[in-house]
Amino acid sequence: MTMKKIFIAATLALSVAAAAFAEEQKAAPAAAPAVSAPAAQGAAPAVAAPAAQLNQSQAVATPAPAKPAPAKRELKTNRTITIGMFMVIIAITMGVVVWAAKQTKTASDFYAAGGGITGTQNGWAIAGDYMSAASFLGISGLISLYGYDGFMYSVGWLVAYITVLLIVAEPCRNAGKYTLGDILSFRTSPKPVRAFAALSTVAVSTFYLTAQMVGAGKLMALLVGIPYKMSIIGVGILMVGYVVFGGMVATTWVQIIKAGLLMSGAFLLSFLVMIKAGFNPIGFFSTIVNSPDIQDHVSKLVLKDGVILAGADAGQRFLEPGLYMKNPLDQISLGMALVLGTAGMPHILMRFFTVPTAQAARKSVIIAMFIIGGFYVLTTLLGFGAAIHLTPQGITQVDPGGNMATLMLAQQMGADIAPVFGDLFLAFLCAVAFATILAVVSGLVLAASAAIAHDIYVNVIKDGHADQHEQVFAARATSFVVGACGIMIGLAAEKQNVAHLVALAFAVAASGNLPVVILSLFWRKFNTAGVISGLLVGTIASIALVMVSPNMTYPKVVAEGAKKVVVAMEKKQAALPAGETLSEKDAKALAKAKVDAQQTGTSMVGLEKPLFTLKNPGIVSIPLGFMAAILGCLAFPNRRSEEMFDEVYVRQNTGLGMAKAVEH
Amino acid sequence: MAERQYDWKAIAKNPKFVELHHKKTAFLFGWWIFSCVYYFLLPIGAAYTPGIFKVKMLGVINFGYIFALSQFFVSWGIALYYSHVANKDFDRLTRELIDELHL
Repeated sequence: MTMKKIFIAATLALSVAAAAFAEEQKAAPAAAPAVSAPAAQGAAPAVAAPAAQLNQSQAVATPAPAKPAPAKRELKTNRTITIGMFMVIIAITMGVVVWAAKQTKTASDFYAAGGGITGTQNGWAIAGDYMSAASFLGISGLISLYGYDGFMYSVGWLVAYITVLLIVAEPCRNAGKYTLGDILSFRTSPKPVRAFAALSTVAVSTFYLTAQMVGAGKLMALLVGIPYKMSIIGVGILMVGYVVFGGMVATTWVQIIKAGLLMSGAFLLSFLVMIKAGFNPIGFFSTIVNSPDIQDHVSKLVLKDGVILAGADAGQRFLEPGLYMKNPLDQISLGMALVLGTAGMPHILMRFFTVPTAQAARKSVIIAMFIIGGFYVLTTLLGFGAAIHLTPQGITQVDPGGNMATLMLAQQMGADIAPVFGDLFLAFLCAVAFATILAVVSGLVLAASAAIAHDIYVNVIKDGHADQHEQVFAARATSFVVGACGIMIGLAAEKQNVAHLVALAFAVAASGNLPVVILSLFWRKFNTAGVISGLLVGTIASIALVMVSPNMTYPKVVAEGAKKVVVAMEKKQAALPAGETLSEKDAKALAKAKVDAQQTGTSMVGLEKPLFTLKNPGIVSIPLGFMAAILGCLAFPNRRSEEMFDEVYVRQNTGLGMAKAVEH
Repeated sequence: MAERQYDWKAIAKNPKFVELHHKKTAFLFGWWIFSCVYYFLLPIGAAYTPGIFKVKMLGVINFGYIFALSQFFVSWGIALYYSHVANKDFDRLTRELIDELHL
């Protein structure tokens, strides 16, 4: 087929261009693939969501009381084994793509795998689509450094699925076809509604994709020493390959494989941790409380709040809330964004169009909930296990955000059996991280391309008049362009602070998409004006609030903090007996603080300090999104929309007249 | 694609559909609100009543940990219960309604 040849040629062209670009990069001197603990600003964004908060706390936490300067710990991967495992994953997924490409002939095949995915398969694919590197590495890292708060943080990611299960999964299966635009345009003016729905889908996917791509680049650099730009290009080419050639079938199977790998890794590692604890949970927690390293770590953490704790009291504090989540409103705001945002995520919604019936959609959410929930429960073991066996001090030496805790634990647990197992297990988990990134980014590219190709091109520009061949071509071409843009953004954003982008994606989905989806499905009066005002206000409010929030960098605030460090360090120096100097680490901190204290200027939007004090905008933007949708709709009532409600409502409840996923 | 025409208004007024719709709405929104309340008790409780969260229950394991862990089991419980009710009740009503319409 000529079309396929064009794509193969284009992909080749892209890879050649990429290789040339990477070559050029290698020549540049400052490429630092070394696996040393990067500075706070470099490390935290690696694993998006949880790091969002870490990033900030680290900025404040730099003046930490001097730690004894022990031998530097490093995370050394065995490159041969690790790259070998990566190759195995690439080979398997490429096999899947070849197989999937053969059966991708119609638009329905491309966007929805022809509706031929079973409930169980889709459940695994949802889990694979959802659990990003942030869940995999970030949350166990949080637990290993902050104990209870990390565990509490993970809960919202599962509870979010109750909303998906009860409110959106089945109605969307019954009322939709391929995209968010399909659901929203049913009884409204299709063109404007599809255009806005596509915009919001692209916005959410871009935020999420950028965070994932930058995280992927940093992670690969850290794990196997592949330079950042090479990693982005490599991941990008694979992702484009999966989506362009294999469409939804390939994406689904990449996600299923990843979820299987992730669960096996987590089970095996937890099992090893439990063997060490003698399968005694009470004993396990007692070990935490009685660990002198954890006690020391906690007493230093609480000292910043002016609290003095020592011994078992400090150890016990590790199991109590408040070491990490300092602002309850922020925590609640994030909870709202998760609980409502997950159900508005275009790449998650899209998964429900791949199953044949509402029953299968229901089953898939329930299976996904057991996989995702089971994973987070195991995460507790991994996080606390890392705190016990590696000590928080050891973990922060490799990465201040704790993102490497799981990997370090795997290496140590394996090495305790035999050194070669350490390398193997570490390489396996690196491969899992790699598969995780590929699965999530492919889902995002597919969702964004579906919005552009199906909503904008086929339905807005071509009025829905496009034959299957043209539709599939449009879908493939769009995926290619979206993927290429993803690579470009990833390359451009290397030095940017992207940690807040995951939270932002969830906030936009919760404030923009979810209100209009719920109102479309359940409110008789809802109409075009409501959809547009809801999407616009929800999306803009979330973005605007994040732009003026503490997530942005405020040079003057940084300078203030640095001045305090300078004062503290100089005091410390004065207190030293004559002739002694500060430890190397402190001296470095002092030098850096002196530079930072000179910073001046304003944030990206010209502010000296944040206008909005929360990092998560949900608590304000979600009600705004709902209000705008309701008010917009009441201001411009539409009789046709009201009359068509019976049809939408009967369809979404019964599945009557369902858009047949399998078209022949 | 020739699609069968339905009289949506009539179906919406069909007693079977009305029964399905009432049962579903009460169940879905009721349990959704319950799960939200239960979930938000966690961050709210951790922030404003830390004393309760610190009470030791099993060895050094405190109430806060058990409460957070219970969130997982409550979510799974709701999911399984919903699946049970939907498979038994909602799906049966839907099937009966569709059979009635086709006859």
